[in-house]
Amino acid sequence: MSDFPGRTGLILDEPLLWEKGSSGRCGFSIPRRDVDPFPIDASIEGEVPDLPELSEVDLVRHYTRLSTWNFGVDTGMYPLGSCTMKYNPKTNERQAALQGFAAAHPLLPQELSQGLLRVMVELERFLAEITGMDAVSLQPSAGAQGELTGMLLIHAYHRSRNRKPSKLLVPDTAHGTNPASAALCGYRPIPVASNDKGILSVESVAEAMDDETAGIMITNPNTLGLFEENLKEIVNLVHARGGLVYGDGANMNAVLGVMDVACTGIDVLHLNLHKTFSTPHGGGGPGAGPVCVRKHLEPFLPVPRVVEADGAYALSDDFPQSIGRLHAFFGNVGVMIKAYSYIRSMGAENLKKASQLAVLNANYIKESLKQTFHLPYDRPCMHECVFTDKHQAVHKVLTLDMAKRLMDYGFHPPTVYFPLVVNGAIMIEPTETESKQDLDLFIASMKAVAREAQENPDLLRQAPTKPKARRMDEAAAARKPCLAE
Amino acid sequence: MKEIDELILPDDVRYASDHEWAKPENDLTTIGISDYAQAQLGDIVFVELPQVGANFLKGEQFGTVESVKAVAELYMPVAGEVLFVNKELEESPELLNKAPYSEGWIIRVKASEPAELNALMNKEAYLDMLKGLS
Amino acid sequence: MRYLPHTAGEIEAMLGVAGVKSMDDLFSTVPENCRRSGDMNLPEPLTEWELNTLMEGLARTMAVAPGFKVYAGAGSYEHFIPHAVSYLLSRSEFVTSYTPYQPEISQGTLQAVYEYQTLVSRLLGMEVANASMYDGASAFAEALLMAARITRRRKVAVSSLIHPHYLRVLRTYFGPSDLEVVEIPRLENGRTNSSGLPETDDLAAVAVQSPNFFGCVEDLALFAEKAREKDALFVVTFTEPLAYGLFRSPGGLGADIVCGEGQSLGISQSFGGPGLGMFATRMKFVRQMPGRLVGKTVDLEGRRGFVLTLATREQHIRREKATSNICTNNSHCALAAAMYMASLGGKAFRELARMNRDKSEYLKGALAKAGLRAPFDSPTFNEFVILAPSGFERIRKMLFESKIVAGLPVVPFFPDLPHHYLFCVTETKTREDIDRLVSEIEALL
Repeated sequence: MSDFPGRTGLILDEPLLWEKGSSGRCGFSIPRRDVDPFPIDASIEGEVPDLPELSEVDLVRHYTRLSTWNFGVDTGMYPLGSCTMKYNPKTNERQAALQGFAAAHPLLPQELSQGLLRVMVELERFLAEITGMDAVSLQPSAGAQGELTGMLLIHAYHRSRNRKPSKLLVPDTAHGTNPASAALCGYRPIPVASNDKGILSVESVAEAMDDETAGIMITNPNTLGLFEENLKEIVNLVHARGGLVYGDGANMNAVLGVMDVACTGIDVLHLNLHKTFSTPHGGGGPGAGPVCVRKHLEPFLPVPRVVEADGAYALSDDFPQSIGRLHAFFGNVGVMIKAYSYIRSMGAENLKKASQLAVLNANYIKESLKQTFHLPYDRPCMHECVFTDKHQAVHKVLTLDMAKRLMDYGFHPPTVYFPLVVNGAIMIEPTETESKQDLDLFIASMKAVAREAQENPDLLRQAPTKPKARRMDEAAAARKPCLAE
Repeated sequence: MKEIDELILPDDVRYASDHEWAKPENDLTTIGISDYAQAQLGDIVFVELPQVGANFLKGEQFGTVESVKAVAELYMPVAGEVLFVNKELEESPELLNKAPYSEGWIIRVKASEPAELNALMNKEAYLDMLKGLS
Repeated sequence: MRYLPHTAGEIEAMLGVAGVKSMDDLFSTVPENCRRSGDMNLPEPLTEWELNTLMEGLARTMAVAPGFKVYAGAGSYEHFIPHAVSYLLSRSEFVTSYTPYQPEISQGTLQAVYEYQTLVSRLLGMEVANASMYDGASAFAEALLMAARITRRRKVAVSSLIHPHYLRVLRTYFGPSDLEVVEIPRLENGRTNSSGLPETDDLAAVAVQSPNFFGCVEDLALFAEKAREKDALFVVTFTEPLAYGLFRSPGGLGADIVCGEGQSLGISQSFGGPGLGMFATRMKFVRQMPGRLVGKTVDLEGRRGFVLTLATREQHIRREKATSNICTNNSHCALAAAMYMASLGGKAFRELARMNRDKSEYLKGALAKAGLRAPFDSPTFNEFVILAPSGFERIRKMLFESKIVAGLPVVPFFPDLPHHYLFCVTETKTREDIDRLVSEIEALL
């Protein structure tokens, strides 16, 4: 244990905001009052808001302590499958915080906002180039909103051809947002099973596909970390039967510079800037989920779009077939600036190298751990690999217990219990920013945990013991929800 | 996780293939979920009950049961009109875990097709089915 | 490249373990028909220093404070953000952590979001708030979808004075469904016509924005009553939450769902995003609420802790039956809002709100003296509409040369209101600034 990062803690307790502070304290420098008070009608005047009163010192201590209870990518390896927890470059933060960007009002006259309009146009071009697609909208605020956009584009396309198909095929390995987004657009998701190689077969898609089906959503590489090898045949089949293909690009980090999305025939794809393009996760968001489309879907893209005329950039709503808006303004521009900075810092060669190293790292882990953990698909993987708890279950140790124990070793656990097609799944995505040293330490920790599962299983069931908190009573939290005070 | 031989499976109820049980008591049929179902779900945190007076066909969804990490739909093992719902489950959903065949009963219906009860499995048939599942 | 740690020797050793001879072999499962024919055509990589130069140059083209004085609102507001807040927000453990699915190592995010939920509930007068949505517009659309789910009705009545972009987003979200949107017309005084509701009995919700797009405060109690008469849910949306430091909260006036944009609370404007979708409701509707929720509980040792809860509403469990498809949210922005509210405290929040209104009233008075009167006779907060003489657009453009953005034209949003301009004044403008704005306008009239 002493050779692993998770050894001791400097963990101080900290109460809730309203349990500290004192009436009369304030942490804000109130601006100087230089105008007279204006009378306010008693019928609309409300009570002083019941917000706790703290000094700046209280505030800083509070949030500094809270931050120490969190594990981030900057703390250590975070091998969450399908999340692509790669290093978040600090220079990207600096660019997004530049006054000219951070303080910009979205409705500034266009001649006074050329800098950001240019960043948006160039980012669209980069993403189009990277995917091979024809046009891009940066507007969706997250992957799920990108999926909804894609669903609306497909819906609009069919409408324009006087069709109203009601179903959408969704593979059994799909992320939960896929059927949820389809349902939000009024489609009934029809599950399609993956075959025993862990990928979709043309036959099962053909069987499920009919005239009432708008199309299919495919994640490639899929959530088992496997490349959907029958992709092109499936796309051709779906197209032949009048459907469109939505690509969930969450796992794009495996194939930058390798896969040409457009030539697979995919009609619309979303990307996650907070995964592939290094923007930070911020404890749950914000991210961005731009969509890339082929020409025939371009007229339906959300508005406004940035257009170029005589060397100047402008925003235009003049797209009569557009599905409309998904955001009050243009989307998460602050996130776009970070992704733009990343692409400008990496360039084509390094982006491709990132994918190669991501895939190398995942295969290295797969080969190093397959004697210890059950590997349901013993095939070359892409940027992530999936194990199960089958070998450890004989000791009555579950995936959950091993994930919790891994925290005591100083790692964030991998994704657990997803995808649903694998029982007790452990999905490991190292990303390219982990060095061989860090991977070796991770592998050694995983092996140590497996050994403990055999020799001292109760230790795992009680884990973790070292972080700020032990396992939570989630049943109590759900039975009697206490969500505010 | 319970082993199959650890499961409680009373003789005096009939079982549906999706793990509800039905027990005729006087003129009414009481419906709940089996010990297997509650063990699979884990700690139950919420039960969505139907309205009293609602009518359902056999196989129709009449409610849901939620644990922390899962939701299960409840389907009628027999057709009928809901006459009573177990309001205790609103305050104490854990009754479904602790006493799935007694205090954890979910609804009491007036069965519209009493013969449907015979189409359900007895304890031995249900046990066989469970063995086949694992 | 400094983000790619592997050395040639390490790569070689790892290829050996992986059982392949070269990097290309790792992609053996990628069929030819899916491959790129050539390398990506992207600009050559920049050093950190070149990137700084590039981005600084682009940033300089933008019209922002302190060089520019921008008097615009309409859904995005300029407010001071204490450096302590920006500093704390930049802490790695807040920035680079993921969604707190493993509560033992995410108590920082979890407690901070529980605190955010509480502060938002208090500010808006509601019982529960979620952990954030993307922005005010999508939160608004989700609120109406939620109302439709709860009431099982298909029609919503929405004020025509809700931010037009929010209404556009609503129509986009409602597009493929059979849900119907009916707009409630406005009155001459700049408020929504509470007698303008459709006659139908099948309304899922009645929605207004307060302060509305014209900056006017709506009579929320009256609309709450109208909604109740129709057995519909009362939804209140907003673009400027600072207003609730001064005015009565929507919850206190009968709202069932309150949702809107939280960017004013410690979040940079950033050309419109990321912002913060704030969303609050009553406990009785909590299981129909979209978005993540943090709940209080205890751990194995009986110590208080926090955890994501009621997850069965969400997409990763409920899939197509989820209350929403939302996964990634705007958590870091919610953290900013909590820090901002905590740094102010109740009394200073009130003083700041008052100051916004007073400065705005000061400008309103000065413009009126210059002949630019406010046509809508209703109370406003920090933005208001004035009616300018025709030809004002030329003046407004000339003022760009003086580094002033004098309001926003209303006509792109309301084609029947030419020569109307929406002016916004916050605590960021001094009396001198405001005086200078008025004198520059007067000089050009």
